[in-house]
Amino acid sequence: MTLLEVNHVSKQFGNETKALSDVNFSVSEGEFVSIIGPSGAGKSTLLRCINRMIDASNGEIIFDNMNVMNLKKKELKMVRTKIGMIFQHYNLVNRLSVIENTLHGNLGKKSTIAGALGLYSQEEKEQAVKILSTLGLDEHIYKRADQLSGGQKQRVGIARALIQNPRMMLCDEPIASLDPNSAKVIMDHLRNISTTMGITVLVNLHQVDVALKYSDRVIGINHGQVVFNGTPKDITKDDIQRIYGSEAEDLIFDIGGIHAS
Amino acid sequence: MQADFFARKRKNSLGFFGILVAITVGAIVITEYDIVKGFESLPRAVTWALGNFYPTQESLVKFPDILSSLIETLLVSIAATSIGAVFALFFAIMGSNTTRVNAFFGSISRVIATLFRNIDVAAWALILLFSFGQSSLTGYFALFFGSFGFLTRAFVETIDEVSGGSVEALRATGANYASIIFQSVIPSSVPQMLSWVLFMIETNIRSATLIGLLTGSGIGFTFNLYYKSLNYDIASLVVVTIIVSILLIESISNYVRRVIL
Ligand SMILES: Nc1ncnc2c1ncn2[C@@H]1O[C@H](COP(=O)(O)OP(=O)(O)OP(=O)(O)O)[C@@H](O)[C@H]1O
Ligand SMILES: [Mg+2]
Repeated sequence: MTLLEVNHVSKQFGNETKALSDVNFSVSEGEFVSIIGPSGAGKSTLLRCINRMIDASNGEIIFDNMNVMNLKKKELKMVRTKIGMIFQHYNLVNRLSVIENTLHGNLGKKSTIAGALGLYSQEEKEQAVKILSTLGLDEHIYKRADQLSGGQKQRVGIARALIQNPRMMLCDEPIASLDPNSAKVIMDHLRNISTTMGITVLVNLHQVDVALKYSDRVIGINHGQVVFNGTPKDITKDDIQRIYGSEAEDLIFDIGGIHAS
Repeated sequence: MQADFFARKRKNSLGFFGILVAITVGAIVITEYDIVKGFESLPRAVTWALGNFYPTQESLVKFPDILSSLIETLLVSIAATSIGAVFALFFAIMGSNTTRVNAFFGSISRVIATLFRNIDVAAWALILLFSFGQSSLTGYFALFFGSFGFLTRAFVETIDEVSGGSVEALRATGANYASIIFQSVIPSSVPQMLSWVLFMIETNIRSATLIGLLTGSGIGFTFNLYYKSLNYDIASLVVVTIIVSILLIESISNYVRRVIL
């Protein structure tokens, strides 16, 4: 079943920058899709158009049979509660505890007063603890977020998204600031979320090898256009060349390694 | 090309220095300020101060009076700063690009804050003398307006610097505006804001002394009274009291700052 459809989406910043032009693709329920492309290709812009952190200029984005681009404020908030988002710099409230940051994922379902005061039920707190322990953070539940390592912070980011009970997760370069070990832990968790919980995962990556290893499907973007859309098995050197342009030389070597193994 | 770049930079600094010298010389000529005489009179000033301007046994009789006007000044400064901070918080949230409701209210609150900031506290005191006459109310409002303008600016910068990421994350969960402000913006920026408020209280206590001269209230007035009536011993006791209290306040606020940051 198709969960997300992106049809003829364009995004123009000012008069000059065309960040996306006529982007088309669709994503099925439970699929794990990576978006790769050189710096400035429009990956972040694309991801942010999906939950309307940025408004696209043209086209339609259908999520769960609703056209996201026509939604009013209230409906948009509803849709956002079903989409978790994960960021390169974690975007936690550093001075609050891990569990408070996790519970923030529930704010979208709260009334103004309950949200402002941070009133959470016992069930919500228990659920937060449960999610944190599946992510291996039992020992850190009451620590302040700024006392964690990068990898741990990113797991809190994932916990905050998971407590939303989302249909889909948007991850903008979730491992770009992490060492290889923490990066692997994060990617394994994301893959696991997709496989066992059936949550659709859309990840922006700039490591081609990681994208090929973890994804059901890879979408390659260059200059705001989709230039590749297929499974990791189907990707060729030419495709990489088309996605990364002249920067591709070093990357082609990586691919050889991946396909060989 | 590179040599050019550095040559141009050197020429610019040289030009800037030249202009500075020209302005200084110009100012000295126009005001007929005699540098030699200025420096010559310094020792005489010191000798005079040592001979006349020190507290004596008799002046201690006035100490309770001095203390009560000092306390009045302190309280007025603290009250003006606190109320100014409350208004500044509101305007800063409206004016910050991260948290503003829309561009229109954003510009309006920034314009108002800039207006208040760019009028000096002493200028406010002069303006307000017309409305309130010589009273501590004039001093209070002058300090309030000055603090409001400065703190709004400081708070806007704090909000932009500290809470950008987490605001984005909470918006993406579908959280409402109040939740975002109270769960992310306030917890992230409170320590730095308090630090600014403490700084403002220190500054205001210093300005309050001067403003007291203009508005005929508080410790500034007390000083003026004894100084004009040639009671130099009491006037100097006032000065000593002011210095001690400023040092005291500064060390208290440094301590508080260490604890909260
Ligand atoms: N707010 C903005 N205003 C103007 N231009 C923008 C804005 N955000 C992005 N752009 C431009 O849009 C284009 C795509 O940017 P985007 O951030 O989506 O790239 P990206 O693929 O995520 O790159 P990276 O890998 O470096 O994160 C770039 O040319 C960028 O300069
Ligand atoms: Mg990006």
